[in-house]
Amino acid sequence: MKKSWIILGVVILLVIITYVSLKNGYNKMVALDEQVKAQWAQVENVYQRRADLIPNLVSTVKGAADFEKTTLTQVIEARAKATQVKIDASNLNEQTMRQFQESQGALTQALSRLMVVSEQYPNLKANQNFLDLQAQLEGSENRITTERRTYNEVVQNYNTTIRSFPKNIFAGMFGFQPRPNFTAEAGADKAPEVKF
Amino acid sequence: MKFLIKLLLLFTACFSVKAQDFPEPMNPPRLVNDFASMFTPEEQGQLERMLVNYTDTTSTEIAVVTVPSLKGYEINDYVTRLYNKWGIGGSKNNNGVLILIKPKTAEEKGQAYIQPGYGMEGVLPDVVCNRIVDNEMVPRLRDGRNAEAVVAAVNIMFNLAKGSYTADQYMKKTDGKKKKDNSLVPIIIIFAIVLIISSFGGRRGGGRNLGSKGELPLWILLSLLNSAGGRGSFGGFSSGGGGFGGFGGGRSGGGGAGGSW
Repeated sequence: MKKSWIILGVVILLVIITYVSLKNGYNKMVALDEQVKAQWAQVENVYQRRADLIPNLVSTVKGAADFEKTTLTQVIEARAKATQVKIDASNLNEQTMRQFQESQGALTQALSRLMVVSEQYPNLKANQNFLDLQAQLEGSENRITTERRTYNEVVQNYNTTIRSFPKNIFAGMFGFQPRPNFTAEAGADKAPEVKF
Repeated sequence: MKFLIKLLLLFTACFSVKAQDFPEPMNPPRLVNDFASMFTPEEQGQLERMLVNYTDTTSTEIAVVTVPSLKGYEINDYVTRLYNKWGIGGSKNNNGVLILIKPKTAEEKGQAYIQPGYGMEGVLPDVVCNRIVDNEMVPRLRDGRNAEAVVAAVNIMFNLAKGSYTADQYMKKTDGKKKKDNSLVPIIIIFAIVLIISSFGGRRGGGRNLGSKGELPLWILLSLLNSAGGRGSFGGFSSGGGGFGGFGGGRSGGGGAGGSW
């Protein structure tokens, strides 16, 4: 009689311990997952901010100088492509991340080319509107760098958690997948230089 | 395995940012951290009093830091890392501003940068930071009038942000009957209009001078509508009169702009 009580007590205790550790582990992973999602939204936000500047930039450049057509067209095309690639935070994996980085990287390059070419147009450099846009663009690039860095930190935290023992055992069970980082392409850890 | 290698790479990347590249805030905490010795002790005291006074009345922390070298970083990168390391401004409203100056040396040009925290980006858009640096700071820094440059920049910011805190006090007293979201829309519209007007003014005059006719309304209007907007609140109040108690853990998203001479 007594013995069965003890067994029952031990079983209940074990159930409670398992429940508590599962609950804590699960909730921690959920919290970190949400952090990743929030930070991803922030990343898309700053990229969008840059994309929003471009129509204005293009029309200013067109209006102020007889600007070289190919550079402008490249920027417009790269922007169109980059704004098409929207990734929902739950779909973040290596492949979608690569797509995102490629399309945005192409826009970064097209923009920096535009800035280099604009050096040759003195009346563009005397245009207050253009100078303002340049400052805003520069600020956007800095914001992108900052948010990307923060994203990588948050993802690192999340990935470390779901891959460490014992959480890794049930992380897969509940569908917690590792998230991709921004990989450092050439100069990705530093904001691309927008020359004046 | 591939992932582990990546993780390792990331880890080493994190540690490759050497801690000594970014100085610790001076002790006891102060708003003017003159590592490059650009100000005389009297100037330092005056600046400190001005900034502490400002923090006490508005809770916005404006920190002035001078460093002898950027250790090979781009200034915008350096300033963001330093900002977030120190945590300027309150952690709730992120209402801080960092003014970083690197003096001109024989080999390197001097650089100045104004970076707002997340909470100050509305008051100090990149364009505005850019103009403050170009119009107020760089000409004075070029002449070696370092303290004057900072005072001039801070004065503009004062005027831009003036009344933001008291407006908030007022709103708290009236128990927040007014919805913040509604008040933002006209501000954005007005801001857009002002920007357009000011850009026209700039084109006609051709000058970038702050005092030129086309741009003067920008500052006035900005300060007006900022007092109407009532952003920011009581967070980050770390000093009780007199001295500055330390930074409040605010963060910056990398906004702002700079210039060089």
